[in-house]
Amino acid sequence: MISGRSILTIQDLSPEEITHVLDTAESFSEVNERRIKKLPTLRGRTIVNLFLEPSTRTRMSFEIAAKRLSADGMNMTASASATVKGESLRDTAQTISSMSCDLLVVRHKYAGAPQMIAENMECPVINGGDGRHQHPTQALLDLYTMRKHLGRLEGLTVGIVGDISHSRVAGSLIPALRMMGVRPIVVAPPTLLPARPDALGAEVSTSLDEVLPELDVAYLLRVQMERAEGMPFPSLREYARLYGMNAARLAASPPRMLVMHPGPMNRGVEISADVAESPRAVILDQVNAGVAVRMAVMYLILGGGADGAAA
Amino acid sequence: MAYRVKTDVMDGAAIDRALTRIAHEILEANQGIEGLALVGILTRGAEVAERLASRMEAIEGQPPPVGTLDISFYRDDVGVRLAPEVHRTDIPFDVEGRNIVLVDDVLYTGRTIRAAMDAIMDYGRPCTIKLAVLVDRGHRELPIRADFVGKNVPTSARERVRVRLAGQDGEERVVILEEEPGTACAAPPEAPRGGEPS
Repeated sequence: MISGRSILTIQDLSPEEITHVLDTAESFSEVNERRIKKLPTLRGRTIVNLFLEPSTRTRMSFEIAAKRLSADGMNMTASASATVKGESLRDTAQTISSMSCDLLVVRHKYAGAPQMIAENMECPVINGGDGRHQHPTQALLDLYTMRKHLGRLEGLTVGIVGDISHSRVAGSLIPALRMMGVRPIVVAPPTLLPARPDALGAEVSTSLDEVLPELDVAYLLRVQMERAEGMPFPSLREYARLYGMNAARLAASPPRMLVMHPGPMNRGVEISADVAESPRAVILDQVNAGVAVRMAVMYLILGGGADGAAA
Repeated sequence: MAYRVKTDVMDGAAIDRALTRIAHEILEANQGIEGLALVGILTRGAEVAERLASRMEAIEGQPPPVGTLDISFYRDDVGVRLAPEVHRTDIPFDVEGRNIVLVDDVLYTGRTIRAAMDAIMDYGRPCTIKLAVLVDRGHRELPIRADFVGKNVPTSARERVRVRLAGQDGEERVVILEEEPGTACAAPPEAPRGGEPS
């Protein structure tokens, strides 16, 4: 059903398709525990990672996923691509397309760039993060991690804490949670909320301590030092005191509440070092889930053939 | 396309007798339970493997280890069709040096078994791999044969063999299905594995 399609936003998938991706990822996670972590499934397929913005974990995760499925993965980064010679994005897309790749993963600093590339490509495109817009595979791996640890999605309450207005992680996660019947609450100082927070479709709070008792998951966003022009709050210390997850807040939270973070962490800012090390922080599980979820997405997009019919 | 039952091939008692015989044959060939492990191919092969294991326990006093295998990721037609759902493979023993018996309900083209052997090899290097099936319906497309067979059932490629087992289906029988007259299409769609309709 996902066969041959691009995933540019999380809304490109229906709730049923999201569940199908998560179920398929469960089977792939077993492969990642084996001694020989390789399947012949996508042998001979070419997957190009076009990462025009710095990234380590997402790019590695896609690359490992492709390799474990026996696909040929190629990486193109901004410095190595012809974009530094002034080639337009459209020409880059068509150049890659001419080399007949089967799947393209795009990370770009501008929102909508993957969409524009997809319109100029023959092959399906996965958005690996575009500007402040979306990061759909991150949302999928977050859902996977929540479901794995809490046993379900429907009926959960998830607090997304921090830089809502600059975050593509939140951009995909909030609609993903709503599709799966999860109640999202965004928690941030007013300066880190978008101008119209009601448009997010999430409840809004400016006090972490107030919402904490209701949460099944505290999802901490990274304070994006490089993206926020001028500091949107008086000091990092004040941010850590009001919105940071620390031992005292963890103690005051429901005992089963998970702490999640998309990484990379700023220890001592949005998360204290002791919380990051606590068993209730499942941050490395998220990274682990990323490989299985991306394997599932690649398998479901590239499998199934032109008619997309499942036997 | 509609199918109707053409022939009843096995009933519950016949399936039971066949499984008891296969259990004895496997133990005889292996000279006991030592080093033996069963791997059932999902979904019905897993149930057949469990039942073989419990018979072996009754004979030898202890069951062999049993694993389950989903071969979706090893199929040779991933680019054409995908399995509607993928189950979790679970091999709870070291395959290195073992005598593995692959277990499936129906042996048809042999492609499923080819995929299963590749999958097993990714877990290690077994000493031997043998194949046990409840029904062999012929029409092989690969040089593969079964070592232990419940029943050989001659079929035409247009027919289907349906295995129903208590654990999955609530009844026990093996039947040959044929197309309802007048509903035939040009090419019957190939079933996901082994040729049985799901």
